Order: sequence, then structure tokens, then C-alpha cells
Amino acid sequence: MTDEIKKKLEDKIIGLVKEYVGKKRFKPVDIVKEMEKEFADEGLSKDDIKGVLKEIMNDEKLVYGYAGGSFLTLPGKD
Amino acid sequence: MGKKHETPLLDELKKGKWVSFVREIERAAEKSERTEDLLGQVENSYRDKITHWKHGGMAGVRGYGAGLVGRFTEFPEKYPGVKECHSMRVNQTSGFFYNSDILRKIADIAEQHAGGLLNLHGSTGDIQILGVWQEEAEEAFQKCAELGFDLGGGGSDLRTPSCCVGPARCEFANYDTLQICYDMTQAFQDEMHRPSFNYKFKLKFSGCSNDCVAAASRSDMAFIGTWKDKIKINQDEVKNYVKKFNVQKYVLDKCPTKCMLFEGENLVIDDSNCVKCMHCINEMPKALRSGDEKGLSILLGAKAPLVTGPRLGMMLVPFYDVLEDSKNDYEWLKGLISNMWEFWDEYGVSRERIGELMQRVGVVTFLEGIGLEPIPEMVNHPRGNPFIKFTDDED
Repeated sequence: MTDEIKKKLEDKIIGLVKEYVGKKRFKPVDIVKEMEKEFADEGLSKDDIKGVLKEIMNDEKLVYGYAGGSFLTLPGKD
Repeated sequence: MGKKHETPLLDELKKGKWVSFVREIERAAEKSERTEDLLGQVENSYRDKITHWKHGGMAGVRGYGAGLVGRFTEFPEKYPGVKECHSMRVNQTSGFFYNSDILRKIADIAEQHAGGLLNLHGSTGDIQILGVWQEEAEEAFQKCAELGFDLGGGGSDLRTPSCCVGPARCEFANYDTLQICYDMTQAFQDEMHRPSFNYKFKLKFSGCSNDCVAAASRSDMAFIGTWKDKIKINQDEVKNYVKKFNVQKYVLDKCPTKCMLFEGENLVIDDSNCVKCMHCINEMPKALRSGDEKGLSILLGAKAPLVTGPRLGMMLVPFYDVLEDSKNDYEWLKGLISNMWEFWDEYGVSRERIGELMQRVGVVTFLEGIGLEPIPEMVNHPRGNPFIKFTDDED
């Protein structure tokens, strides 16, 4: 995965969560499935997407929440 | 000093000679104002016959999506000490062995950063530090880490793998529960700290079917020690037991498959009908021993209630040669677990446990999905019918 695609993927994931804050709670598995479809042409694997998601969480650009199941959200939201 | 909250209902639970959780909370409350409020909160819940906790929310430590279980009172103004009362799950040691020095240090962390209360151990197996506030969580976590302890699982992830004391203290253990539990914990760190499943997934390891960690009923994937060959009989010891108690009544008649009988003074076992329930071995441990070809059975799909009610695990792998696979770093087992997670990821729905998915799509589809060949021994319970109709030319 090139740095360019990685950045695009990261922005897309964070953008998706941001867009739906307060409306929909995305589980990590939902995000991975969504990105798999979105980046099908780039041939990204599940593991690629999970790897980028892991970095996003480590950098605390997104955080985990729990409401009957785990979900992703922006820091300080929900 | 007078009590901050009157607790007549909780006081009832101190009566009698046995240890009382109320007394323990009161002892902790002598040093902790927040635990005084815990007493008030619990009394309120008993009075109203409903729990006043809110569960979940945004509690956690940096980089982890699990390990701190969020809990908040519904009455933060009335009980400010428990406005947050999170449980910090600290990954327990395999078999729950600690030295007293470590326990004192963990207790110190609980006193300094929480309500001074520990839960040894939670139903997932972890040590739980109770009454943590979010603002103190990171420091408490770092102090645990300095002692060599990590946080356990929580949320939609791999929950902390748990095992019985195994061969460390028990003569009935058919495999090294401690080693495999430790190995799986190390191998699946990411899955434990970063919730990425549809729902929770539990691994529990019991050395025999006495199942001291309740794996068959409490874990999505249960590992129960067993053996393939014959039970070893010491006829002299059998005779000694016959002198001590009614072996016919309390052992043979209680055998679930009635596979034991006396021929003269000798005990005979039809091992082909034995279901390895351990009853006879428990009753006459000096006379009976499990066989030499030891391994374990893998059950899948147990869970407590919620979406479709409680389930016991189904026999997925009747005999797994764990000793052999351990020589290859449990390659086969890790592959099987990964395949199951992959299938569950793909076809599971929100809050659906893997056993519920298997029930929904059917065992045949599930086995195809995870790449496991069906065999007749894959049954729901002993003597149950297999799920697959085998044709005459198949074994």
C-alpha cells in the first residue's frame, strides 16, 4: 500500500465516523467491510485496512466506545 | 464517624457467620469516600429492586479499546463517589497463581486509584479493580504494567483466555492448560485489546471434564481435557473402596452410560461406551486413572443468555492432539481459530455470538466456511445424532 492510498484510507475512515457521529455507531468490522468495498480497485486486503485502523486508534484519532457492543467514535464524543 | 448512608437492607446481608461482601465494602469504605457512596448506591438498588448502574460508554486507557468496563451511577449528585465506578480488568495469570507480594501491590493500586476493592476473579477470569474513575485509569494501568500485568479483554473482542490450575496442582489434568492459555493470550494480543468482532469471544481451558472453569457452558470455544484409550484400573484399590463405601450404588449406578460392572470382585469398564465424564475417577481416584493417550475435545458455541438464550457448546473436534500441535506452536489450532473469526466477520451480524451464527447458517455451512471436515462425532451432546447425513460409502 502506498503512502498516498494509506492517507486516503485514513481520511475516509475518520470522515465516515465523523459524518455519522450521533446518528450511527460503526463497529470496527463495519468500517473494514465498508472500506473493502470503497477501495476494491486498489486491491486492499482486510489486513491492510485493519492495520491502518489500528494506527488510527493508537494515534487516538478515533477512540472506542461501548453500548451493547464496541464501536468507534471521535475523541470526546458519544 | 457515623455512616454516610443508612443501609438497613445491606445490614441484613452481614448476618450469619459467613464472609459478607457488605462487610468487605464497609472495610474499604473506612478508607475511601467513594466506596461509602458505593454502599449508598447498592442500598438504593436493593430498595428499588432494580440496579441503578449505567453500563458501557466511554471508558478506556490509551490505545486500548478494552480492559476498562464503564459503569456509572444513575444518581451522580446523590452518590458522587460512584459517578464513575469502572472495573479495570487486569489479565490474570494462568491458573490464578500469584505471590503475596504482587497481591499487596495490586491491592495498593486499588486503594490509591479506585475504591480499595478487588474482585478475584471476575467471571471472565480477570482480576478486577473496582471503582476506577476515568481520570485515574491511565495511571492505574501504568502501575499495573510496571508490575508486569496487562489489561484483559472487554467489549466485542477476544475476552481474556482463562484456564484451570491444570497440571500445576491437579492430578486429573489431561493436558497443560496453563501453557496453551498463556500461548493463546500472547498470540492474540491484538484481538484482545482492540475490539473488532461482532461480539465477545471467549476461550477457556479445562484439564478434564470436571471443567473447573466452566468452559463448556461459559465459553464460545471450550477446551476440555480427555483421553482416547482405556481407563486404567487398579483392582486392589477398587477392593479397598468397596470396603469403604457402596461402589455399586455411588459409582456404577451413577455412570451415565452404565458402562461399568463387577465380574466377581473385579471392576470391568466397557471403554467404548465411556463418555469420559470423570464421575468414577472422582469417586475412586486411587483406583481409576484416565488413559495414556491424552488430548482434548473442542466444543463450540456456549454462551449465557442474551440474543437467543443460553447454549452449551457443541462437540466440534472430538480429539485434538494438543501435545503434538504444541510442538508446532499450535499452528493447527491458531489456523482453526482464525478461520472461524474470518467466517464470523463475514457472515455474523451485530451482537451475534459464534454459536448463534453456527445455529443460524447451519453446521454444514459453518464447517465448510471454516474448512473443517464433518465427522459423525460432531454432536450436540453424547448419544446425539450427527448434523450431517452420511452416505453408506462414507466412513
